[in-house]
Amino acid sequence: MHPFQYLAPTSVAEAVDALARYGDRARALAGGTDILVQTRTGRFDLDAVVDVKRVPELTALTLGEDGLSIGAAVPCYRVYEDAEVAGLYPGLIDAASLIGGIQIQSRASLGGNLCNASPSADGICPLIVHYGQAHSAGPDGRRSTPVEEFCVAPGRTILEPGEFLVSIELPRPPAGFGGAYQRFIPRNEMDIAVVGVGSSLTLNAAGDRVESARVALAAVGPTPILAHAAGDSLVGKTPGIDAFREAGELAADAARPISDMRGDVNFRKELVRVLTRRTLTTALERAQS
Amino acid sequence: MTTAPASQKIILNTTVNGQEHQLLVAPYHSLLEALREAAGLTGVKEGCNDGNCGACTVSLDGRIVDSCLVLAAEAEGRQVQTVEGIAPDGQTLHPLQQAFLEEAALQCGICTPGFLVAAKALLDREPDADEDRIRLWLAGNLCRCTGYDKIIRAVQKAQG
Repeated sequence: MHPFQYLAPTSVAEAVDALARYGDRARALAGGTDILVQTRTGRFDLDAVVDVKRVPELTALTLGEDGLSIGAAVPCYRVYEDAEVAGLYPGLIDAASLIGGIQIQSRASLGGNLCNASPSADGICPLIVHYGQAHSAGPDGRRSTPVEEFCVAPGRTILEPGEFLVSIELPRPPAGFGGAYQRFIPRNEMDIAVVGVGSSLTLNAAGDRVESARVALAAVGPTPILAHAAGDSLVGKTPGIDAFREAGELAADAARPISDMRGDVNFRKELVRVLTRRTLTTALERAQS
Repeated sequence: MTTAPASQKIILNTTVNGQEHQLLVAPYHSLLEALREAAGLTGVKEGCNDGNCGACTVSLDGRIVDSCLVLAAEAEGRQVQTVEGIAPDGQTLHPLQQAFLEEAALQCGICTPGFLVAAKALLDREPDADEDRIRLWLAGNLCRCTGYDKIIRAVQKAQG
C-alpha cells in the first residue's frame, strides 16, 4: 500500500483546501469501509486521506419541517436507530440495516455508499426514490445535484478533484407516501446485490389512486438507474398487483444488466420484475399504514 | 488541522480497555496494526483485512467495528475495547468466555476474540436477544472450523 498522510480538517473550507491541495491523489474518508480496502488492493494510490468526520456538517443528522439532512459521514446505525427517521423514510431504513454486518453499519455511511458509486450499491436506490439531493462543496463553491445524476460510471461520480459530498437532503414525505428497498442475494446476510430495487409511491387523499411514483434499480447497469417509465406508468392508476406488474415490465425494459458470476441478463431482468412488484407492494402497505 | 507527512509517525493518544495509551503509529496504519504492533494486544486478530471476517472486531466508543477498516489516527481521544478487556478482573472469565469453553465454541480460535467482543456488545445492549437476533448480530463474524451452532449456543448459555 502506498503510504499516505492523514488529515483531519474541522470545517468544510479546510476540507476543500486539503482535498484541493492533493487533487486526485487524495480522497475523503467517512467510514473507510470502501476506501481503505481499495487503497490496500491498489485500486488507487493516495498521498493523503482526508478524514471528514470532524467537520460538524458531515456527521449531523437533522430532521426538520422541510425534511431530512444526512451528513455524508453519518454511519448507517444512526439512521436506522432514529425512530422518527425510520418512520418517515422506510426505504432508507431497509438499505441502511442490510449494508454489511453490524461492524460495517457502525462505520459505513449512505454518503460514502453514494460516493463509492458501485452499480450494486444498496444505499443509492432508496435515496433516489426518496427524492434525494446531494450537496457537495469544492474549490468553486457549493452545488446541489439530484442523487440519480450523481453517479456517472462504476466508481465515478460528478465530483471534481477537491470536491466532496457534504450531505444528502431528502424532502419530508407527504401523507400517503410509502417506500421500500429489496435486493436479491443467494445468502441471508453480508453479500453484494445480484439485483436491488427501490420503489416509492404517493397516494391521493382518498387512497385509491397513485399520484406519483419512483422505481430505481441497482446492479443492472453501470450506475443506479431511475426507471422513469416504470414510475410514471403508475400515476393515476389504482394501486395494486396489475399496475405493479406493468411497472415491473417497464423497469425490466430500463435495466441494462450484464451476465457475470452473480447472474445472467435474463435472470437479472426477471429479478427486476419480481423485486419491482414486491417493493411496490411493500411501499403501498406502508403508504396505507 | 492535524497533519503529518506520510513518512513521519504520529503520536496517538487513546484509551484501550480503560487504560490511557500513547502509541507511535504511521498515518496509514490501521487501528488493528496499532493495537497488535504498537500496544502489543495480540488478542485482536487479522483475518481478511478487508472487513468481511470480523476477526479484528473491537469496540470503539461503544460500537463494534472492524479495526482493520479504521485508521489508527481516527482513534485519537476515543475509547477502545478489545478481547483483553472482557474478563472483569483479568482472573475470572467473562460469562461469555466461560460459555465458549463449556460449549466448545471454538477449534482453531482465531475468530474467537472477534466473536466474543461482538457478542458482548449485543448482550450489553440486548440481554434477551433471541436466536435470530444473535445470528443477525454475528453475521459480520466468520468461523471456518467450528460452525456457528455451537457459537450461538454458547451465547445463549451466557444469557443465563
